[in-house]
Amino acid sequence: MSLMKTILGTSTALALTAGAAMADGPAIIYDLGGKFDKSFNESAFNGAQRWAEENGSEFAEFEITADAQREQAIRRFAEDGNSPIVMAGFSWATALETAAPDYPDTDFVVIDVSWIDLPNVRAVGFKEQEGSYLVGMLAAEASETGVVSFVGGMDIPLIRRFGCGYAQGVAAVNEDATVIANMTGTTPAAWNDPVKGSELTLSQISQGADVVFAAAGGTGVGVLQTASDEGILSIGVDANQNYLFPGEVLTSMLKRVDNVVYESFSGTTDAGIVILGVAEGGVGYALDEFNAELVTEDMQATVEAATAAMASGELVVHDYMSDESCPVLEF
Amino acid sequence: MEKMPKWADVVLVPVVSLLLAAIISVIVFVAVGQNPWEALKLMAYGAVGTSDFLGYTLFYTTNFIFTGLAVAVAFHASLFNIGGEGQVLLGGLGAAIVCLFIPWPHWTLALIAGGLAAAAFGALWVAIPAYLQARRGSHIVITTIMFNFMASGLLVYMLSDALRPAGQMQTATAIFPDATHLPSLNDVAQLFGSDLFGRSPVNISIFIALAACVGVWLLIWHTRLGYQIRAFGQSESAAKYAGISAVNITMIALLISGGLAGMMAVNNTMGINTPQLVDNAAGGAGFIGIAVALMGRNHPVGIIIAALLFGALYQGGAELSAATSIPVQIVVVIQALVIMFTGALDQMVRSPIEKIFIRRGRAAAAAGE
Repeated sequence: MSLMKTILGTSTALALTAGAAMADGPAIIYDLGGKFDKSFNESAFNGAQRWAEENGSEFAEFEITADAQREQAIRRFAEDGNSPIVMAGFSWATALETAAPDYPDTDFVVIDVSWIDLPNVRAVGFKEQEGSYLVGMLAAEASETGVVSFVGGMDIPLIRRFGCGYAQGVAAVNEDATVIANMTGTTPAAWNDPVKGSELTLSQISQGADVVFAAAGGTGVGVLQTASDEGILSIGVDANQNYLFPGEVLTSMLKRVDNVVYESFSGTTDAGIVILGVAEGGVGYALDEFNAELVTEDMQATVEAATAAMASGELVVHDYMSDESCPVLEF
Repeated sequence: MEKMPKWADVVLVPVVSLLLAAIISVIVFVAVGQNPWEALKLMAYGAVGTSDFLGYTLFYTTNFIFTGLAVAVAFHASLFNIGGEGQVLLGGLGAAIVCLFIPWPHWTLALIAGGLAAAAFGALWVAIPAYLQARRGSHIVITTIMFNFMASGLLVYMLSDALRPAGQMQTATAIFPDATHLPSLNDVAQLFGSDLFGRSPVNISIFIALAACVGVWLLIWHTRLGYQIRAFGQSESAAKYAGISAVNITMIALLISGGLAGMMAVNNTMGINTPQLVDNAAGGAGFIGIAVALMGRNHPVGIIIAALLFGALYQGGAELSAATSIPVQIVVVIQALVIMFTGALDQMVRSPIEKIFIRRGRAAAAAGE
């Protein structure tokens, strides 16, 4: 019995010190798919890492392995005194709505959710349609066949929003261009099915497509790979994926998840619902040494003009999720 | 027949298996540059250190009792039901349909109906493999594991399509109505002015799990059917000779097994804080049930103890990866080591120990002559 007490006693003491080291520090919880998915989660991790390096601080992090762990993960960090707690992905919404009211002194940030209105939650959504519009313009400019394509991950409204914005951008440059859009599937497996992504890309190429935009998580790696193998251009998503196939990825539709994490960790944000578009620097397109030769100055000028028009409110890109329909694309 | 003493069978073998798993775990921790002793202490703290952690440990224990019992009942008939994972998912589907589409006035009624539906769905899911085993000789191990994949596919389809509310992007059902939400164990503790289980989801279905243990004990050792199941498990030909129908026993044992696995879904759908059915709701409990049953020697008491151990391991492991920089994959390796040594490699430890005891027994007998 006394041995048991000793063991329990020491373990409690240890945990207290471990807790003290990270108490009040920020925490990040990644979505299924994991920290190093080359896309959404990795972008969040990069933002956290950037904050840690600049401040010489540490942050707590956790990768869930099943949906059932979501609420537990949130509570675990909240109980430990971490704040803010950043969650990447819309699937956190239900668990957060349950847990957040129990911890009024903890700040929560949830990314890709734009409907939770709680006093201690900052819900950050993106205008994916605007970033997709920009890469759609680039796709239409770069296309020689006049046929471009889109590979979505799971068929959910969020991904249709990407596809619809893309098609509008294409139409803005070349009204006669054809957009072929395919979804990988209707289940979460569609986020991580590079083989199916590759097959869809091949099928689109056989229909004449010479630029393909992948908004499909891990499936996108298969799309970019096939585009590279077949000698057509591809467009990455979320993080800057230009480096994956230098000179063969036209651009990447950036969703600055990293900035959201960085700013949240820096403690410069308030609770509330925020929607980040081109004007706020939340979405955009990637230009670096890997695609400098692919994006001509003319193309840049076109896109910059559209960016300015969006920022000033002159150009409004239709949002699929506003009315569940798309004027220029049939899904 | 020569045998090793009972205490060696129930205590020594599992302890040696655990020690072996611990030794390899230590090597793994050292290899990734972590202090194994600190890691162990942190895992212990994560399992029972706060009321929330304790509650989560008991929540997982509840899951593992159900799946452990499911494996054990089939095992008494010498049938290896490794389809617990799929049966849990189907059980969840049953519970979800009952909770979402019938307006229950009170959780007690919802619990009865949800439990029955979960058990029925779990049993139905194993009915086809059971029939194929009983009538066609298709091996139960092959068919039940294939049915796990089908269950997973079916669940994803239902959650992405039929049961997903319009506009919701997460693959999950709607949240069940309040009246179907089971009281948590902390609600019970609060009646006595205690906050013992914090905000953890451990709920009254743990009592159902314990009742199921009593039920299985009565069934296996105190009923005619239990006797038939055990006789069939010991020797199929002898059982047949005694007039026991192989087809009936195979079907009945597996249906009970599937029903028990399905009942686990009550805990992880109606019992959790946000009652709903999510994707991959079983979370590996079906497979851990195999290790629980093997380690618990297919006896309800052993299963409760083994389920507690695995519950603590599961919860402590989650805490370990949350509180340190140890990657979650390493934690999974540690958990897998324990499952492998206590479950899959059970015989590796058992037969040498058995040999030692038999040799010593013979030596003692020879000396006594």
